[in-house]
Amino acid sequence: MKLIAEHPEAAAESVKIVPEIRLSAVEQRYSVGNDESVLALTNIAIDVGKREFVVLLGPSGCGKTTMLRIIAGLIKPSSGLVEIDGRPLWIGDRRDNRIVQELGVVFQEDHLFPWLSIEDNIALPLKMRGAGKAERRGRAQELCKLVGIGGFEKRWPRELSGGMRQRAAIARALSYRPNILLMDEPFGALDAMTRDQMNVEMQRIWLASGATIVLVTHSINEAVFLADRIILLSPRPGRVDTIIDVPFARPRDLYMQNSPAFQEMVASLRKRLDTMA
Amino acid sequence: MKRFLLRHAVWISTPILALALVAAWDVYVESFNISPMILPTPPQVARGVVQLMADPRTLGHAWVTLYETLSGFGIAVIVGVGLGVVLGKVRWLERTFNPFIIALQVMPKVALVPIFIVWFGFGSGSKIVMAAVLAFFPIMTNTILGIKSVNRGHKDVMTSLNASRFATFCEMELPATLPYVLTGAEVGIVLAVIGAIVGEYLGGNRGLGYLAVATLNAFDVQAMFAVIFILTLMGFVLYFGVAALRRRLTPWHESALVHKDA
Repeated sequence: MKLIAEHPEAAAESVKIVPEIRLSAVEQRYSVGNDESVLALTNIAIDVGKREFVVLLGPSGCGKTTMLRIIAGLIKPSSGLVEIDGRPLWIGDRRDNRIVQELGVVFQEDHLFPWLSIEDNIALPLKMRGAGKAERRGRAQELCKLVGIGGFEKRWPRELSGGMRQRAAIARALSYRPNILLMDEPFGALDAMTRDQMNVEMQRIWLASGATIVLVTHSINEAVFLADRIILLSPRPGRVDTIIDVPFARPRDLYMQNSPAFQEMVASLRKRLDTMA
Repeated sequence: MKRFLLRHAVWISTPILALALVAAWDVYVESFNISPMILPTPPQVARGVVQLMADPRTLGHAWVTLYETLSGFGIAVIVGVGLGVVLGKVRWLERTFNPFIIALQVMPKVALVPIFIVWFGFGSGSKIVMAAVLAFFPIMTNTILGIKSVNRGHKDVMTSLNASRFATFCEMELPATLPYVLTGAEVGIVLAVIGAIVGEYLGGNRGLGYLAVATLNAFDVQAMFAVIFILTLMGFVLYFGVAALRRRLTPWHESALVHKDA
């Protein structure tokens, strides 16, 4: 620490190169039955920069969900290092809880608590952080507006459609202003039209919140539309196949999906994925 | 219109069916000349109820039974939920105790009444214990089921939010288990009434169960039916009390939805 303070240039340099998320030599094994194990992920080494939107894309069984759960600290990897903002996520067998505070997770299903109103669901993380009632209500209202479900604060989750519930789940993950938002196929359960709409919304929310996002999907379109960078995974065992920069300008609209450049990228990714199957 | 009918039909069909049953009973007794010593007519039973209620001692008996039922039920809720939470959360404890739980569950528990009388006397104590023992099992087993049925995804949410064990319990496990507890309580309250009455049958000189036995000894069949009527009424009130509580406490749950929309 002292060294950095004495050399401001070095400090600036080191800040620039410290990635928001870094996985090094991460490997994940699952034991199946007696003495046997399946290698789910091997030799994963990725960096995700601050405010970057990274999409993990791959066929089913490539371990992309496992990888996200490892970043989220829900799984401790069999070996390898997970670092968030330069600090290791695991210290021995213990999760560093201060780091977990900076992560927001959105799952495949909304997993809203059915016994809480939409507002209370969204503000639940704040409640657990000891925020007062007024603050929680204010933040929930603000977030409902941000994710486009304003006016539904007092409803039960079951009174909302699947798309609206998933929006609420995103709002819940954003409630405590995490630096990193981790999303595991958040729109997989939605119909195609709602999904397109959610992708546009997601981009808007991301630009507004200034968070780093890692999103898992098996939809090539979704990946190319949303990502700054696509990390393509191949299966059995899950590993990084290619990393693709997506250069399209922001904000992107749904019509740009018809552009030749977009189509070309989708086609080449599909070709690459087909070779894996 | 059709939906309206479907929703409100019970309010018409139930009284009509109940009236038809009572009428059939009356016609049967009158036309076959059944002795009122065997089966009194509905008007006779009604008169019996009025007579019984006119006696100030009846209300005293009813209070005793109600007190025993609710005390037993209260104990069953506290012990059942407490033990259910612990057994539901601690795997090895549940495994260890499961054979004993099953053994106790298959045992005909009303056979314990004589023992309880020996242990807790002829007063209310033995009846409260009997009511508690009967009501306890459905409440505990439902609590265990509830704790174990907590959605895995919800657990992931709490883990990702860095929730402490205490917060996880208060914010997730407890509310998720509440509908199960209340379902168990619905069964438990009915069993608690049974426990109190069976206890009264076999010992003591207070309570509606005792009154039923007393009417038998006096061979006052009309009064016997009246006692049964009052007991049924009490069971109804208690059951619907718990059911109403369930709808109030878990308005978000499917079970509450069924009552509201069906």
